[in-house]
Amino acid sequence: MSVLHIAEVTKTFSGGTHAVNSFSLDVADGELVCLLGPSGSGKSTLLRMVGGFEQPTSGRITIDGEDVTHLPPERRPTGMVFQSHALWTHMNVFKNLAFGLKLRRMPAGEIREKVEAVLELVGLAGYGDRMTNQLSGGQQQRVALARSLVLEPKILLLDEPFASLDQHLRERLREEVRDIQQRLGITTLFVTHGQDEALSMADRIVVMANGKTEQMGRPDVVYRDPKTPFVAGFIGTMNLVEGEVTNGQFTRSDFTFPLPIADGPATLAIRPEALDLTASDTPKATVHRVTDYGSHGLVDLDLADGTRLKSMVAHPDLFRTGQGVDLKPRAVAAYRNNQQIFRS
Amino acid sequence: MTSLTSTRARIDWSGIAFAVLLTLVIIGPLVVVATWAFTEVWRYPNIIPQKFGFRFWGQTLGRPDVWNALMLSLKLSTVVTLLSALICLPAAYAFARMKFPGRDILFFSFLAGHAFPKFGLLVAIAAIFLQLNLIGTFWGVVLIQLVGTLMFMIWIPVAAFQAVDRRMEEAARDVGASPLRVFWSITLPQAGPTIFAAVLLSFVGTFYETEGAWLIGAPGIRTMPVLMISYINNQMVIQYGAVLSVLLWVPSFIALMFARRVIGGGAFARGFGG
Repeated sequence: MSVLHIAEVTKTFSGGTHAVNSFSLDVADGELVCLLGPSGSGKSTLLRMVGGFEQPTSGRITIDGEDVTHLPPERRPTGMVFQSHALWTHMNVFKNLAFGLKLRRMPAGEIREKVEAVLELVGLAGYGDRMTNQLSGGQQQRVALARSLVLEPKILLLDEPFASLDQHLRERLREEVRDIQQRLGITTLFVTHGQDEALSMADRIVVMANGKTEQMGRPDVVYRDPKTPFVAGFIGTMNLVEGEVTNGQFTRSDFTFPLPIADGPATLAIRPEALDLTASDTPKATVHRVTDYGSHGLVDLDLADGTRLKSMVAHPDLFRTGQGVDLKPRAVAAYRNNQQIFRS
Repeated sequence: MTSLTSTRARIDWSGIAFAVLLTLVIIGPLVVVATWAFTEVWRYPNIIPQKFGFRFWGQTLGRPDVWNALMLSLKLSTVVTLLSALICLPAAYAFARMKFPGRDILFFSFLAGHAFPKFGLLVAIAAIFLQLNLIGTFWGVVLIQLVGTLMFMIWIPVAAFQAVDRRMEEAARDVGASPLRVFWSITLPQAGPTIFAAVLLSFVGTFYETEGAWLIGAPGIRTMPVLMISYINNQMVIQYGAVLSVLLWVPSFIALMFARRVIGGGAFARGFGG
């Protein structure tokens, strides 16, 4: 049972900028929570505070009820996997993994057993004698993961661990890491700016912006029901159209849509897959470009005032550049003052 | 196929020209000196000596002042290098890793000794040492040679410490190592080869240092290079100087061979920020 509890943590850098601003989060036992946000959102600073590499300006961090806020990294029950993997290049794989166990004064025989078991776990059995620079990028990242896992930390911290790997490897490794994490049932905090990584791995995601939580929840829920325009624009592709509502009618350029909310400015959010196109005598938009991805197509559209929209279509060959089309949104959400005020 | 044969056939003439030129300039004088060291009779206009032999080796090595100078030089170089390491390595770590007021000015002051014409600086220092009764003493020479090692022993280790990935150190903290343990097990081994290069350079540099040793050390302290100069200046027999200079190759040659094995080419370049 390992529970991470972050309460009202604030980190202010010299100069007064709030890297993290009164942030709270509870991570349940065995849960994998993804901190997702653009660079500068404070997600890495937060992770480094949990690991002990940064000191919070205020707030408390507890692990299983024990206050670790002011403990140095070497006395915290956390294990961190760095983006640059940070393997010790002057040691071979075995020594990299054994270093932490040796510090704990474990007998040599036991160390050997543990290291071999964890190498087996990450799929690198028999690689103990290799020097780290003889390994591929993916193997190095696996060793870095093993180095943390071998110490059986209560909380596993992953700081954009796949950022330096190519797309193919990244997808394979995140499946592997997810498998291992679930098999060991280890409580995990994962930082990434890649939304597909967050959506595919996390039990829960926390979307961060400017050091604060924008939205927290299950990946599918956050994707389907973003509560702020920032989340709507950050997770997945989203058409965000700013316009005016008058008498229950949203208007932007020639495009209108019935919206039963009070009069005033509003931002309409439509997923490309929820925006259907039909041929029309009174076109609302012009096709700018059609891209055929094989399995589906993506149509770029321009409203009369130049606003660019995207629509996902099943048959891209039905559309060509310059063609006038009508827009039929199937599902929309509307935002005003950074709050969701309508959802269909 | 054609591209393969053409690359094989192409000869890098400019590269060969450079290699030949460098060989002539570097190896040429060495060969002449080495030849003189083993020569007993060599009269104009012969291209090779009339008589080879070890007579002058016996004579040179039979002189007690040569042995005294050699022992003195080794002792001096060792003491200077150790002292330099003791002072400079912690300083280099501080420069590389810590922020403190006056850091940049201090860093520059370590190197300022090399910003002036060396001989002028030495004469000024000699004047001060004269009042302190350090002229002609072992420790006077140690002090003056310490100044000469500062550049190698500060600059290269600073670059070496800066080149150590901070994440590696953090990862070590993460698995449970104390700051001191991190320095010992991660930072030092990572920076080690480059620092070793600096130590080696400063040992060899001190061993061959001449102006300071001569100006401060004379007449009581005579190191190998100082002795060699006096042989070349005062003796009509060329062979004494030649034998000594061949002898003086030995430490630098050993050092270089050792350095190649331990370090490998990259470390020197990395030390200079390459």
